[in-house]
Amino acid sequence: MTTVAEKATAAKPATMAQALGRALRDSMAADPAVHVMGEDVGTLGGVFRVTDGLAKEFGEDRCTDTPLAEAGILGAAVGMAMYGLRPVVEMQFDAFAYPAFEQLISHVARMRNRTRGAMPLPITVRVPYGGGIGGVEHHSDSSEAYYMATPGLTVVTPATVADAYGLLRQSIASDDPVVFLEPKRLYWAKDSWNPEQPVDVEPIGTAVVRRPGTSATLITYGPSLPVCLEAAEAARGEGWDLEVVDLRSLVPFDDATVAASVRRTGRAVVVHESGGFGGPGGEIAARVTERCFHHLQAPVLRVAGFDIPYPPPMLERHHLPGVDRVLDAVARLQWDQ
Amino acid sequence: MTVMEQRDTRRTGAPTPPPAWQPRTDPAPLLPDAEPYRVLGTDAAAQTDPELLRRLYAEVVRGRRYNAQATALTKQGRLAVYPSTTGQEAGEIAAALALEDRDWLFPSYRDTLAAVARGLDPVQALTLLRGDWHTGYDPHEHRIAPLCTPLATQLPHAVGLAHAARLKGDDVVALAMVGDGGTSEGDFHEALNFAAVWQAPVVFLVQNNGFAISVPLAKQTAAPSLAHKAVGYGMPGRLVDGNDAVAMHEVLTEAVTRAREGGGPTLIEAITYRMDAHTNADDATRYRTDAEVEAWRDHDPILLLERELTRRGLIDEAGIQAVRDDAETMAADLRAHMNQDPVLDPMDLFTDVYAEQTSQLREQAAQLRAELDAEAETPGAEGSPA
Repeated sequence: MTTVAEKATAAKPATMAQALGRALRDSMAADPAVHVMGEDVGTLGGVFRVTDGLAKEFGEDRCTDTPLAEAGILGAAVGMAMYGLRPVVEMQFDAFAYPAFEQLISHVARMRNRTRGAMPLPITVRVPYGGGIGGVEHHSDSSEAYYMATPGLTVVTPATVADAYGLLRQSIASDDPVVFLEPKRLYWAKDSWNPEQPVDVEPIGTAVVRRPGTSATLITYGPSLPVCLEAAEAARGEGWDLEVVDLRSLVPFDDATVAASVRRTGRAVVVHESGGFGGPGGEIAARVTERCFHHLQAPVLRVAGFDIPYPPPMLERHHLPGVDRVLDAVARLQWDQ
Repeated sequence: MTVMEQRDTRRTGAPTPPPAWQPRTDPAPLLPDAEPYRVLGTDAAAQTDPELLRRLYAEVVRGRRYNAQATALTKQGRLAVYPSTTGQEAGEIAAALALEDRDWLFPSYRDTLAAVARGLDPVQALTLLRGDWHTGYDPHEHRIAPLCTPLATQLPHAVGLAHAARLKGDDVVALAMVGDGGTSEGDFHEALNFAAVWQAPVVFLVQNNGFAISVPLAKQTAAPSLAHKAVGYGMPGRLVDGNDAVAMHEVLTEAVTRAREGGGPTLIEAITYRMDAHTNADDATRYRTDAEVEAWRDHDPILLLERELTRRGLIDEAGIQAVRDDAETMAADLRAHMNQDPVLDPMDLFTDVYAEQTSQLREQAAQLRAELDAEAETPGAEGSPA
């Protein structure tokens, strides 16, 4: 028989959205400099309810409903960070972040550099991203390549409930600006997780092997992790033992973990939702090839979204890389040679 | 209320519910005066504190000399570019002098003079334009944000900083400077809207010098004046003669005080004229006439101050000469410092990108280190001993 106290601290199923909300709450409680701001984050608790309860607990000065203006939200956050606060801004949906790009690229990413370290900006930009939730136009973009191409930004994306909590806490505590990409379709994915005793997760910049294997490495992140894990299970039937690496952080990039895995397996497939041309997979494949060329049994393949504007929701299943497309790629890894 | 219920209301003749929208602000007190506010050359000038007049005069003369020296340095290849404020010195300086030490200045790339008037080292103020580093000073030391090259993007920063200061209980004011062209940018709108909604202690100063590079104001806006834009945000707009240092100081001080006391933001439009081209890379004869430029010479900010000081017997030829000598000393000092080659360490390229270097940057730093070492070992190579 479990006691009441044990019940309270036991790991229970929790969603990623709950873990993110808890990370915001705990960060705000730990540091009075942490301020949450954005459109609808206060009274409504965010359109995905990630910020639910924060305005009530910490007051509207610390969880602020702003005017609807992304450049203004991020631009104001710059000034707030200059004065010693640690703003966490929400962009609500991936494509709504684009008006804030100039602030992000011209100021947020390079303020530390242009002031020679005198003015670091500890800002976390939360961007719900990716498809699979039936969102209409401008609600499903995967914009990670734009952020990755901007020096000065840290780019993080969790794929598990524990990472959602741990990486967001680390992002808010970081003295550098972090673009925190939240995979929308995993918001409601559940995992056993104890909000009272969150497990430590690996630091930003560390990739982890989510599933060990020997035949080939699937390199992935965020919304595509569950797809790859499912593909790896299905691949057992084909006689393939696939390793799955979750990048967790796109910048900094963990070359060591990725290269070590590919050297072990000799084959690699990069899997992500965003378009393949000019996408993250090209950079990752190049890095893997540079480091593992003599260990590779096959070219590094990419399984990505098509190079099209994000399709309407009734067609998105044809666009998003699924288990079959991943397995097809694995099948093309020159097994006969 | 559903459409059906609305129909029922009409049929039954029940009173229409009040609209969700209610006007928040009476626009009339927010509107700027029809004519720019002036002090110099009017009867009110007699009331001006002699010390303020003398100080403004000395600073504006120094500013003019600074502009001339920096422009000369571009011709000598010592500065990559210099956007001159010749003709606009009064606004630059009076605005900076209206701030207290604890306040913050958010300058655009043209506002070097405001930064210097605030006490920034003249050489440090020029590193961006010389090209040795983007910001040559610690912004916290003088409370001057980096000179901002993109247009109007520093305005929301000023709002955020002022808002943060107020949240912390500090009576700090932020002064954000922008040109007439910058008022067309989206960030101008977002910054003013945020400032008004948050009642942030910010003063927005638009220096309307007539042109955004070559595009005249008439092609920039259809507004009655740029100060009129304030009313749309729910803040007061002030129109002031930007060449009148006393009027500028008065209007800026008033707005700064109002902001400090919790009265919220103000938008100030200073009407001035850029006597030089946009930068040394620009040919102003393509878009304006000599006659237009000449007409502004009689409204020169130095002339306006000199006339008033002389009329009141506050300065004589010797006094004027003393001010000019002081400016000359400053210019000679600036010239001497700017003629020294800055010592740069290429390895600094990799510091301060992130708090901690990524493994990718460590690899690239090692590559550059190796290239530099190889260069140093090659006889006759640049940087090696002769």
